Amino acid sequence: MTAASELGWWGVLFAIFAGAIRISTPYLLVSVGETITEKSGRTNLGLEGTLVLGAMCAFATSYLTGSPWLGVVAAGVAGASLGLVHALICNLPRVNDIAVGIALFLLGVGLAFYFGKPFIEPRGTMLPGIGFGFWSSNPAIRSGLEVNPLFILGLFLAVFLQWALVHTRWGLLLRMAGESEDAARAVGRSVQSIRTYATVFGGFISGLGGASLSLFYPGNWNEGLSSGQGLMAIALVIFARWNPIRCFYASLLFGGASAIGPALQSVGINQGYYLFNAAPYVLTLLLLIYSSSASYRLAGAPSELSLSR
Amino acid sequence: MSASQESRSPVRIPESEPRIPPDIARRFLTLPSRERLEPFILSLGALIVAMLLFGAFMALQGIHPLDLYRALYVGSFGTRISIENSLTFAAPILLAALCTLIPARVGLLVIGGEGAIVLGGLGAVLAGTAASGAPALLGTTLCLTAGAICGGAWIAFAGALKRGRGVNETISTLLLNYIAIAILNHLISGPIRDFSQTLKAQSWSIPSQFMLGNIPGWSVHWGIVIGVIVCVGLHIFLRYTTFGFSMDIVGGNNRAAQMSGLPITAIVVVSCFLGGAAAGLAGAIEVVAVHGAASESLVVGFGYTGILVAFLSRQKPLAVILFALLMGGIAASGGLLQRRFDVPYAATAVLQGIIFLCVLASNALNGRLLPERKSP
Repeated sequence: MTAASELGWWGVLFAIFAGAIRISTPYLLVSVGETITEKSGRTNLGLEGTLVLGAMCAFATSYLTGSPWLGVVAAGVAGASLGLVHALICNLPRVNDIAVGIALFLLGVGLAFYFGKPFIEPRGTMLPGIGFGFWSSNPAIRSGLEVNPLFILGLFLAVFLQWALVHTRWGLLLRMAGESEDAARAVGRSVQSIRTYATVFGGFISGLGGASLSLFYPGNWNEGLSSGQGLMAIALVIFARWNPIRCFYASLLFGGASAIGPALQSVGINQGYYLFNAAPYVLTLLLLIYSSSASYRLAGAPSELSLSR
Repeated sequence: MSASQESRSPVRIPESEPRIPPDIARRFLTLPSRERLEPFILSLGALIVAMLLFGAFMALQGIHPLDLYRALYVGSFGTRISIENSLTFAAPILLAALCTLIPARVGLLVIGGEGAIVLGGLGAVLAGTAASGAPALLGTTLCLTAGAICGGAWIAFAGALKRGRGVNETISTLLLNYIAIAILNHLISGPIRDFSQTLKAQSWSIPSQFMLGNIPGWSVHWGIVIGVIVCVGLHIFLRYTTFGFSMDIVGGNNRAAQMSGLPITAIVVVSCFLGGAAAGLAGAIEVVAVHGAASESLVVGFGYTGILVAFLSRQKPLAVILFALLMGGIAASGGLLQRRFDVPYAATAVLQGIIFLCVLASNALNGRLLPERKSP
């Protein structure tokens, strides 16, 4: 903290920048996962539950086995399982995918709190950070630039998936299921199975987002770990126009907004701390108001998506 | 759409024909038809399946399902104290359910009950402290009205955003929940904090003469009675007024509503206001009848349980009463489950999640269960 206060107001800006990288990781992974799901024409609104359950599973596995990477895998599997439940129920006729998402949000959070109770106290093994601050002798800068490896993974995933959506056979099939059920059926593909794969995959990636919450700084599990990041990430997909690379930029923006409150607090400004904590929610709402339209369909929005209708 | 098209439109509100049929009494007394009964049976069936799944879930952890069901029964409706607890829990759940139910009638999926409860509680506290000299009954009424208006305006905002800018109402109301909680935390950490309370951050207290008492002979406050009256009133409003009928047209077929010249935006915003007002009333009642002040105790998930109740009752206000009582019972038995089986309190949250999934999955059977229909 002393090193940070030496930097003065530059320190606040740096803290916001470092916070943006640190806090944006769950946003990034969840929004990329949700983009894939929504491109197939289905909305999984339950990713907040996936995020919390993923965080709990990651922490518990890492604590019990001592291996944070096994924890990451466990979080992904937990997320994929919730995604599978979502997909299977939505495959039934006359079932509203958004409502199933709300149910999974409640169930995921409930399961995480239920099984996570014994893991609130201990500290587990954390993921090793990747140090980008080697050029500086200032410890605040060095620790601020310890980047979560899952952030790097998320960046690679965003770039890769953007390429895959446009240039691969799988990407084309996925977009076809999202744009026109009839077209997909006409080429003899089952829309439901494409959507099932997309939801399970999206759940897996979002689960990794949960691991990034509990296995990196500050590296513990508690019931207030996620407060709506999973939900904001879904709103962010709309803002990013269903484009994985724009999800990356939007996540950084959101991370920065979330870091304002803590950064100001670190230089002793406590006035309106709770209001600054609300900044990301307000920002999300403003961006939604700005980027939505009542009269025309948004560019990039999959036609079959009930969310954008 | 212009008024000239109204006469040619396929769907019109019959103006000459009275909406209230002469035989209301008979309609209330006759048994519901098969079609009306079907959704109810589906919800009850989903509840039973969910109970079996939850029994299996707990059995995996070595808890005998029969012991579990017995504890659930004892904790919810088995003793007088637990019945009183269930009724106390059911009151806010019942009103919060209307926050999802009323907008659902016009086709919106609103899940902002939690935020509207918080704002309703804050509104009640502000009105109560501002009008501290008022006579008791007037003061209580002021608190409840202020709470309802605050909650209503909060959700009406989401409705206006939906119609004006096409902002998805499910996401916006969920965001508004978090914003409402941040406003609460900000206000009770400084501007309206009662600094004489050192253990817990809470707002100023409303004058004690404004507090709503208990139903005579029971240790249950009046909230459940208010809730039941609101549900019955809403049932009559939706079924026998022109506005209720227009809401069903907007919810059923937006195009038809447009063609018949209905003011869709006004109907949607008013419906959202009514829904939010119900949840705001729930928050105000929590303040006026239980806590006496606004604090984190308003944020205990009643709004989310309310969503589940709205889905279980399939947008029927009278069914809300029954399902709110059942969910209130589950909430009330959480403490007993925790003590008897040494499981986390979140067990009830898991059960609620399972019920929610089952009731949604049961929609697949809608219209299949009782195939003999009178007319298409």
